[in-house]
Amino acid sequence: MTDNSNSNYSMNETIDLAAVRAKLAKDGGKRFWQSLDELAETPGYRYKLENEFPENTEKEAEGIDRRGILKLMAASAAMAGLSACTKLPTEKIVPYVRPPEEIIPGKPLFYATSMTQSGVATGLLVESHMGRPTKIEGNPEHPGSLGGTDVFNQASILTLYDPDRSQTVIHEGRIESWAAFLTAIGNMRSQIAPRGTGLRILTETVTSPSLAAQIRDVLKQFPDAKWHQYEPCIRDAAHDGAVTAFGKPVTAVYHLDKADVIVSLDADFLTTGPGHTRYARDFSSRRAIEGPGTKLNRLYVVECTPTSTGSMADHRRAMRASEVEAFTRQLATEFGIASAGAPENSTSSVPPAWMMALVRDLEKHRGSCVVIPGEGQPAIVHALAHAMNASLGNAGKTVTYTEPIEANPVNQMNSLRELVKDMNAGAVELLVMLGGNPVYDAPADFEFGPTLLKAKLRVHSGLYYDETAELCHWHVPEAHFLEAWSDARAYDGTIGIVQPLIAPLYQGRSAHELVAAIAGDAGKSGHDLVQGYWKSQRPEKDKAFEAFWQKSLHDGVMAGTALPAISVSPRTDIGREPASPALDKDALEIVYRPDPTIGDGRYSNNGWLQETPKTITRLTWDNAALVSVNTAVRLKLRHGQYMKLKVAGREVYAGVFADPGHPDNSITLHLGYGRRRAGNVGNGQGFNAYFLRTSGAPWMAGGLQLEDSGKKYYFAVQQYHYMMEEDGHPADTESVNAFRRDLIQVATVEEFQKDPNFARHPETEPGKKLSLYPGFKSEGYAWGMSIDLNRCIGCNACVVACVSENNIAVVGKDQVMRGRAMQWIRIDTYFRGNLETPEMYFEPLPCMQCENAPCEVVCPVGATTHSIEGLNEMTYNRCVGTRYCSNNCPYKVRRFNFFLYSDFKTPSLYGMRNPNVTVRSRGVMEKCTYCVQRINAAKIRSEEEDRQIRDGEIVTACQSACPAEAIVFGSINDPKSRVSKLKAQSRDYSLLDDLNTKPRTTYLARVRNPNPEIRE
Amino acid sequence: MLEPVRASYRDDKSLAWTRVNALPDFVYFDHSIHVSKGVGCTTCHGPIAEMPLTWRAGTLYMQWCLECHREPEKYVRPKSEVFNPYYEPPKNQLELGRRLVKEYKIQSLQNCSTCHR
Repeated sequence: MTDNSNSNYSMNETIDLAAVRAKLAKDGGKRFWQSLDELAETPGYRYKLENEFPENTEKEAEGIDRRGILKLMAASAAMAGLSACTKLPTEKIVPYVRPPEEIIPGKPLFYATSMTQSGVATGLLVESHMGRPTKIEGNPEHPGSLGGTDVFNQASILTLYDPDRSQTVIHEGRIESWAAFLTAIGNMRSQIAPRGTGLRILTETVTSPSLAAQIRDVLKQFPDAKWHQYEPCIRDAAHDGAVTAFGKPVTAVYHLDKADVIVSLDADFLTTGPGHTRYARDFSSRRAIEGPGTKLNRLYVVECTPTSTGSMADHRRAMRASEVEAFTRQLATEFGIASAGAPENSTSSVPPAWMMALVRDLEKHRGSCVVIPGEGQPAIVHALAHAMNASLGNAGKTVTYTEPIEANPVNQMNSLRELVKDMNAGAVELLVMLGGNPVYDAPADFEFGPTLLKAKLRVHSGLYYDETAELCHWHVPEAHFLEAWSDARAYDGTIGIVQPLIAPLYQGRSAHELVAAIAGDAGKSGHDLVQGYWKSQRPEKDKAFEAFWQKSLHDGVMAGTALPAISVSPRTDIGREPASPALDKDALEIVYRPDPTIGDGRYSNNGWLQETPKTITRLTWDNAALVSVNTAVRLKLRHGQYMKLKVAGREVYAGVFADPGHPDNSITLHLGYGRRRAGNVGNGQGFNAYFLRTSGAPWMAGGLQLEDSGKKYYFAVQQYHYMMEEDGHPADTESVNAFRRDLIQVATVEEFQKDPNFARHPETEPGKKLSLYPGFKSEGYAWGMSIDLNRCIGCNACVVACVSENNIAVVGKDQVMRGRAMQWIRIDTYFRGNLETPEMYFEPLPCMQCENAPCEVVCPVGATTHSIEGLNEMTYNRCVGTRYCSNNCPYKVRRFNFFLYSDFKTPSLYGMRNPNVTVRSRGVMEKCTYCVQRINAAKIRSEEEDRQIRDGEIVTACQSACPAEAIVFGSINDPKSRVSKLKAQSRDYSLLDDLNTKPRTTYLARVRNPNPEIRE
Repeated sequence: MLEPVRASYRDDKSLAWTRVNALPDFVYFDHSIHVSKGVGCTTCHGPIAEMPLTWRAGTLYMQWCLECHREPEKYVRPKSEVFNPYYEPPKNQLELGRRLVKEYKIQSLQNCSTCHR
C-alpha cells in the first residue's frame, strides 16, 4: 500500500475538534460541510481543493520504471493503428444470409425480463445490440420497478460478461463435460434411491413458482430428501415477526404513495429489501412539489448506521441497533400495545418531547401513516410494527398483507442450522447447492467449510468458482439471469418471466435444468420446464395460452398475478414477549449490514460496483469499520487506523472510518468484503465481516473489543475529489451570504411557504447582458436538465447506469485514491449541523452543459465545442490532453484518461460495450454528454418520421435509471415540456451562478418537512 | 457474375464483402438519415452503375462531408431520384436544392457531436 498521504489524507491528530464544533455552532448550525477536514481546513484539505489532480510524479513512477513505460507505450502504439488520413485497415462487411427476426444492425431491441435479489424480482428492459445485451433499464410495466432500477440491476450486465466467471463444469479440480456430470447424477440418483435418504438441496430464497414445483417434485420422488434455503441477507425477522403477530408468515406490502407519515425502525426501505425500487418511486412521488401548497410526506427514521433512508428523513435519530427494540416498545405502548416494558437498563435516548410529538403526528394521520420495521432488527420489532400499523388503522391502506411471496417461507437460519446438524451427523449423502456461497457467508459458528466436507458428495452451481465451489466434487457453471429462463415474484407477488437475452456464454445451466437432472428429467431445456409449468397452471389452452405467453413475455409481467390482499389481525399480547437484554451504556456494539454497493458479497468481482462510491461515506473498493466521531475520540481511534475487531472469540482486522451521523458506541462493518475467491477484481478487497457474524446474532452483537495493530489503512474515498471551491468568501464571515451561495439549498416547508424564492439569489445572479459574446438565439431544441434534490435518495443507480451506457472504465483503488475515478456523474454528500446528528443531503452532479462554458474557450485544439442545441460537445479524436478544460471547469465534471483505463484486451467485454459510444483511450478528456448518442438517435428517428421529438422521448441513462425520478431531461425551448415546467418553479437554482456559466443543468432545492412541534 | 451471391444463399454462408467506403471508428455515420433526406447514392458513392469493380469515389475526408453539410442545396435531389444511379443534377440545382432543403426540412448540421461522440 503506497503512502499517498497527499491524495488520501486521513483525520490526523491535529484536527481541533473543539474549534470545528465551535465553527459549526456559530453559523447557527446552518453551514453545509462535506468533511471534517474541510471544517478544520487542514493543509491536506486545502491542497486537495486547489489541485484537482494532485502532483505525485515521483510516487506515480513507483512500480513502473522507464523501460517498462517505453515497453507499454510501444505495445500500445502498435495497437493504436493508423490515422484516418492514410489507408484504413481492410474491413469486411459480413451480412446475415437469413437475419434473425427483427434485428436491424445498428438499431437495438429491448426485451423484458426480471432480475431477482433475494428471490424478489425487479422487472427490467434490456437493450440488446445484435443479440448482445448491453444496457439495463427498468420496466415501466413491472410493479417492482415502474421504470426505475438500482445499482445491482445496472451492474449485473458486467457480471454477465465477467471473464472471471466460471466457464466449465469442474469435477474435483478438472474440467469435465455436462454429459459426464449427467452420468454422475444418474449414478447418484440410483445410490440414493428409493427414498432419497441423505439428499439435501440448498438454495437461496426461491419465489419462482416453477422452480419450487420442480423441487417439490424431487421431494416427492425422494421422500427422505430435504430442501434447505439460506442466504446471508436473511429476512428471518420479518418471517418470525409475522408468525408472532399473525400466527403465520405473511408478506407486508407497503403503499408509500398513500402515506403521509412514515416511521422507519432501522429500515433502509429505499435501497434494500423487497420492493425497494418501487418504494423509492412511491416515496419520492410524495416529495414532488408543484408549489408552496403541496402536501409533502414526513419521514421519521430511527437507525443504527447512516443510510439513504436516514438521509431523507425529516427527523432522524441515530441509536445503537440494540436500542431500537426499546424505542419500538416505548412507541408501541403509546398506542395501547401493552408492553413487557423496556428493560431496566434500556438506553433509548429519545427525549420524551420528541417521542410525544411523533405519537401525536401518527395519531393525526391514522390510516395514512405507516411503521416499517428493518430486517436488522429482531422479530419482536416486526411484530410490534404490525401491531402498531393495525392499531393506527393503516392495515389495508398504507400496508397490505399477502400470502408469502416466497415459495417456501421458512426461517432460513434454522434451515441452515438443520443442514449443518445433518452434515455433522454424517447424514448427508448428496448435497446440491444451487447458487449461494455458504462457505464464505454462512455464520461463523457453523464453520460451514469444514462441516461441508462431511457431506459425502457435494455439487455446487454458481456464477463463479468461488469459496464453496472449491470444496465441492462437482461445480456446474450457473447461467446468469440474462442467459436463462425462469420466473419470479415481485414484492407484491406479481409474476414476471425471466427470459434470456443471449445463449449461455459459458455453457451455464440454470437452476431449473440442474433440478431437472436430479429429478431424472435431464433432457428438458429451461424454456420447456418453465413454460411447461405455466401450461399446467393456466386455464388458457393452446392458441390462447400462446397468446398469453407472448403477452407476458412482451410486457415482462403476467397480468393479474399480484397476490391478493389478505386480512390478518395481530395478537393483542405481542408486547408481552420478553425483551432482548439491553447493552451496557458504554459497551461497544458491532452491526452487520448488507453493503450499499456490494450487497452480501456476490457482486465482489463487479468492478463497477467496487468503484461506485457508497452512499454518504463515498468510500470505494473497501468496507470499513464505521464509527462515530465521539466514539473515535473516546477510544482514541484515528481515521484509517487498522484495528483488530474481536467479538465472542472471533476476530478480523478492519480499518476505522469516522462517519458523521453514526450513533455512538457502535461500529458498522458491512458484509461482502474480504473474499478469497471472488475473481481478479474482488479478491482481497476490504474486511470480512462474516468471520465475526454468528447465527445467534446475525445483525448485531455486543461485546465488541478493539485492539490496535499499529498499522494504517488507506481508504479510497471520493468525497475528497472534484470539490468545488467557493472562492472569496471566508468560512467564518458572519454574513448570511457566505453560505447562501452554497451549492445545496435547503429549506423547511415553513420557510418555503414564507419565501418561495429562497433558492434564488438575485444579488449574485449575473444580469442577462453580462457577456462579451453576442446573445445566441436558440431555435429548435435546447437541451436542459433539472435535478430535483427533494427526490434524490443518493442510491447511485444513475452513476452505474452512466458507466454502463457510456463505456466508462474502472480505474482501480490506487487511481481512485489519486482522484482519478472516471464516473461522469457523481453524487456529492453534504452535511449540515453538528458532527453527531448532521442532516445529510445528496447532490448528483453531471456536466452542467454551460451555455457560457469555461471549458470551451480554453481548448487549444477545439476538441470541445458547443452545439446549436446547447450541448457542450466532446470530440475525443481531436483532444490532445492539455487538461486546460478541466482546469477551467468550476464544477469539476471533466474526467481525464491518465492511463489506458479501458480494457482493450478482454474479449468478453467487447460484447458488453455500447457500440454507440466511443471507448476512450489514454490521453483524452471525457465528460457527461447528456447521452448525445440517445439524442442523435431520437433526432434521426424523428426526422425520418417527419415529426418533432416528443417530450420524454429522449431519456438520458441517469434519468432512466433513477428510481425516484429525480432527473428530468428535455428541451427547454418547449414551454410544455416537463423540464421547462420544473425549471419554471421557484425552487429552481443553478450552481455557482455568479460565475455566469449559465448551466443547462439546474437544481430544484430541497424542502424538508419537519414536525413543527419538534425543535431540534 | 452473381454466382457468389447464389452460392451464399444456397450454402447459408455469409459473403464477406471487402469494405470500400469505410469511415474511421471515431465517426458515427448514420446512413438512413441521408437516404431519407434526398441524398442520392451516386452523390457520395460515385457512378456505381458504371463500376465493374467498386472503387471509392470520394475522399471521405471530413472536409468533403462538410461541403455538403454546409451547403446541402448544392447536392440534394428529389427523394424519388435517390436510388437512380444515372441521375444528373439539373442546371437549376441551386434553385431546386433550396426548395428541397425547405421541403425536406434539411438541417445543415455542423455540430461536432453530430458525427463524433
